[in-house]
Amino acid sequence: MGRFDPYENNGGTCVAIAGTDYCVVAADTRLSVGYSILTRDHSKIAHLADKCVLASSGFQGDVKALQKNLSAKELVYEHNHNKKMSCPAMAQLLSNTLYYKRFFPYYAFNVLGGLDSQGKGCVFTYDAVGSYERTGYSAQGTGAALMMPVLDNQLKSPSPLLLPARDAVTPLSESDAVDLVKDVFASATERDIYTGDKVEIVVINRSGSHRECIELRKD
Amino acid sequence: MFRNQYDTDVTTWSPAGRLFQVEYAMEAVKQGSACVGLRSRTHAVLAAANKAASELSSHQRKVFRVADHAGVALAGLTADGRVLSRFLRSECINHAFVYDAPLPVSRLALRLADKAQVCTQRSWKRPYGVGLLVAGLDVSGAHLYYNCPSGNYFEYQAFAIGSRSQAAKTFLERRFEGYNDYTPDQLIKDALSAIKETLQGEKLTSSNCTVAIVGRKDDGTVEPFESIDGNRIQEIIDSMEAAEEAPAAAAAAAESSSMQEEDKGTDAAPMDI
Repeated sequence: MGRFDPYENNGGTCVAIAGTDYCVVAADTRLSVGYSILTRDHSKIAHLADKCVLASSGFQGDVKALQKNLSAKELVYEHNHNKKMSCPAMAQLLSNTLYYKRFFPYYAFNVLGGLDSQGKGCVFTYDAVGSYERTGYSAQGTGAALMMPVLDNQLKSPSPLLLPARDAVTPLSESDAVDLVKDVFASATERDIYTGDKVEIVVINRSGSHRECIELRKD
Repeated sequence: MFRNQYDTDVTTWSPAGRLFQVEYAMEAVKQGSACVGLRSRTHAVLAAANKAASELSSHQRKVFRVADHAGVALAGLTADGRVLSRFLRSECINHAFVYDAPLPVSRLALRLADKAQVCTQRSWKRPYGVGLLVAGLDVSGAHLYYNCPSGNYFEYQAFAIGSRSQAAKTFLERRFEGYNDYTPDQLIKDALSAIKETLQGEKLTSSNCTVAIVGRKDDGTVEPFESIDGNRIQEIIDSMEAAEEAPAAAAAAAESSSMQEEDKGTDAAPMDI
């Protein structure tokens, strides 16, 4: 018969790009199982704090549990510190939460985006057990391998080994970054069967967050 | 007469069927500085008189947000109150995690009461020395509960606890019947007036009281539990004092004019004789 498999890959891709005073976080809205589509309208994005947004692909059951877990912990932080969590603080919390389940991991591939305490854009990228890094941009999920080379080429992130240390955030304007996100999703949708239907794009800047949905190919 | 023999631990009954340790814990509540709570159908207000240990120190926090829809004001051992607030916050978060809905206020009061009861039936524990006014909003409207160290709790339209709370209770007893239809501003004013009664002559300012409100506006939007900003409290206090002085001035004017008429009467009387 075979053992019960606790995991399932629901597919999808997530992307985030950090700018000097904004952050773009985007994810497609297709939920799949095997070669079937379960729904074309499922959000992979969670607003954890007013300047901190999490996009996760992978097993959406674990993603939902992870989002609820983090929201509850954020509320405890708010009660204790009398303020909402900053993005770097949430980044560390997410890493710890993932590693806590090192031996039965959350099957979630996360990208955390938002503004740091100085108002600069920040993006944190994770593996399933909490290893994380602050970068200028990242993609995770089934279409990530198709998107990352394009982002590398367009955003020309300087090597982290350079001295003096160079800023990883892109000098691109907010609208240019959003256009780039739309382009990479359109490209990944062509070849990745799990990516498509719609892309939900959330932009976080000084005045709050703004959300738009763009149609993608549905095949 | 028998108090001293049966008050050593909480698990000893007195011959009259009382638990003296629990009653002593309720005394601790009466020693704390005053707190007042009142509610209408849609809003609940908590107010506390701030007490500072000395002029050099900050005042103790007596009003705590427990969730967006609920908060508490406490009187008694503030440390016990802080720990209970943390417990209440955790209960609200856990309920919302499991049921994706806010914990109804009556259930919140029940959890707190059950926790207090445990401490009245264990020989290695002592009762919590704090009384809490739990105010919140849920689908059935605004609610106010009083939880006492004994584990008992009751729902109230308005209530006051702590030292000199009897003065506030007397004030509230005269006015509570109209509270269901009060606007939020009217509730806040009455809460401040009730706290003023407990100050016994000391001037009420925004630095010696804290006021918090939670409720649902007419259009259905929820105002989450929040302490009202000090400047706004001072504005309300100032407007209350101005309103008091205006009719007082009118009453004084009426008195002096009636006194003049009496004088004329006495002037007229001798001529009659």
